[in-house]
Amino acid sequence: MPGFDFSNYNRNAALHARGVPLPKATSTGTTIVGCIFDGGVGIAADTRATSGPIVADKNCEKLHYISPNIWCAGAGTAADTEFTTALISSQLELHSLSTGRKPRVVTCMTMLKQHLFRYQGHIGAYLVVAGVDPTGTHLFTVHAHGSTDKLPYVTMGSGSLAAMSVFESQWQPSLNRDQAVKLCADAIEAGIWNDLGSGSNVDVAIITADKTTLRRNYIKPNERTAKLRSYVFPKGTTAVLNEKIIPKGDLGKFISVEELTEEGGDKMEVDT
Amino acid sequence: MDRLKKGEVNMAVTFKDGVILGADSRTTTGAYIANRVTDKLTQVHDTIWCCRSGSAADTQAVADIVKYQLELFAMMNGKPPTTQTAGAIFQEICYSNKDRLSAGLIIAGWDERHGGQVYSIPLGGSLHKQPYSIGGSGSTYIYGYCDANWREGMEEAEAVSFVKEALKEAIKWDGSSGGVIRMVVLTAKGADRHLYLPDTDYKVRHQ
Repeated sequence: MPGFDFSNYNRNAALHARGVPLPKATSTGTTIVGCIFDGGVGIAADTRATSGPIVADKNCEKLHYISPNIWCAGAGTAADTEFTTALISSQLELHSLSTGRKPRVVTCMTMLKQHLFRYQGHIGAYLVVAGVDPTGTHLFTVHAHGSTDKLPYVTMGSGSLAAMSVFESQWQPSLNRDQAVKLCADAIEAGIWNDLGSGSNVDVAIITADKTTLRRNYIKPNERTAKLRSYVFPKGTTAVLNEKIIPKGDLGKFISVEELTEEGGDKMEVDT
Repeated sequence: MDRLKKGEVNMAVTFKDGVILGADSRTTTGAYIANRVTDKLTQVHDTIWCCRSGSAADTQAVADIVKYQLELFAMMNGKPPTTQTAGAIFQEICYSNKDRLSAGLIIAGWDERHGGQVYSIPLGGSLHKQPYSIGGSGSTYIYGYCDANWREGMEEAEAVSFVKEALKEAIKWDGSSGGVIRMVVLTAKGADRHLYLPDTDYKVRHQ
């Protein structure tokens, strides 16, 4: 039968009403940004994944491949961003094979928004879609409910406010590649330092008409340094109060050992 | 995360040669402005446009469907659809999905037969033909202004000024309206876009 199965809904609602907490998803409390420059577009992300107050992954990848010339940065529920981008990437590849044309960013954005709208926000994917196609350079945001925006610079996730403050104070209408990469990285760093949900490293992807460059861990401002002191305690640090030695032969007093008979079933097959 | 809302103000006004649509540019997520330069005036056919208010996701989805339907209509009939046809398609979607949508739409268009026309579709999915229409959270502040200043058969410049002054007032009083003022003028000559920035107190026309 096609369509949705709601048979577990009433059970879950009753369970929840009796105080059973909802399951916790790994969310990318995140800072992601994107910025158009002369000749291309850049996107960037931090690398922290969280599950409630716990850092679930210190160096995760939030920059997702869609096609060679289209990349996505994802915030929200980690699994949802991972699977929606993979799904659309697959559909877009088949679409491009059947039409014999290069995939377009608007096509990708439309497929994402229609997919997310259908699920009415239950798929918690907040995405920055960027790419260069035969029609030009494009940058979009797609929200979980299915709304989209088209802007020259964008930020999303819990660190979006910190990142946007960098763009609003430093962005200019004309930027070269290096300036745009610096601006994106600075915006992510603002999220890393000022947002609790964001942290660790900066990933950057730069897309131009002829090449896409993925700079994994472009900046690593949180490298783990060697401990200043050794925490290995010397033997004898803990005082011994008493000592009792049991010889091996006396073990039978404490435990019993029996040989297993082979009646209990066939012998396990072993490759010879 | 709250869903994206367009707490806003928008309006459409008929005048002597056609119709004008106007809107602010603010999109909010709770207290955060997700987009300060939003384009809420959406083209669904050559000279049929709509003002979107309510949920951004819902109104974009509806407008995308209608845009497709109207393109199909034009191809199958060999002539452009009338504003009324567009309004009827919008209504069909808004009424049959009334429990699932929060979309307040104003449809304005110019066609050869009827000239400039304005239709509004509020929350329940009803369709109203009006000489002018206002919508969105900020519209409550300008009911008095519009009722006192709107006149039948204004010149283009008068109508542009009427829309601009009304939107300025709504932006001034409504916290969830703001940003730039966008306008689209629909006449026999086609669609003409206007842009007014707050930097110059909305006085200078850009673009």
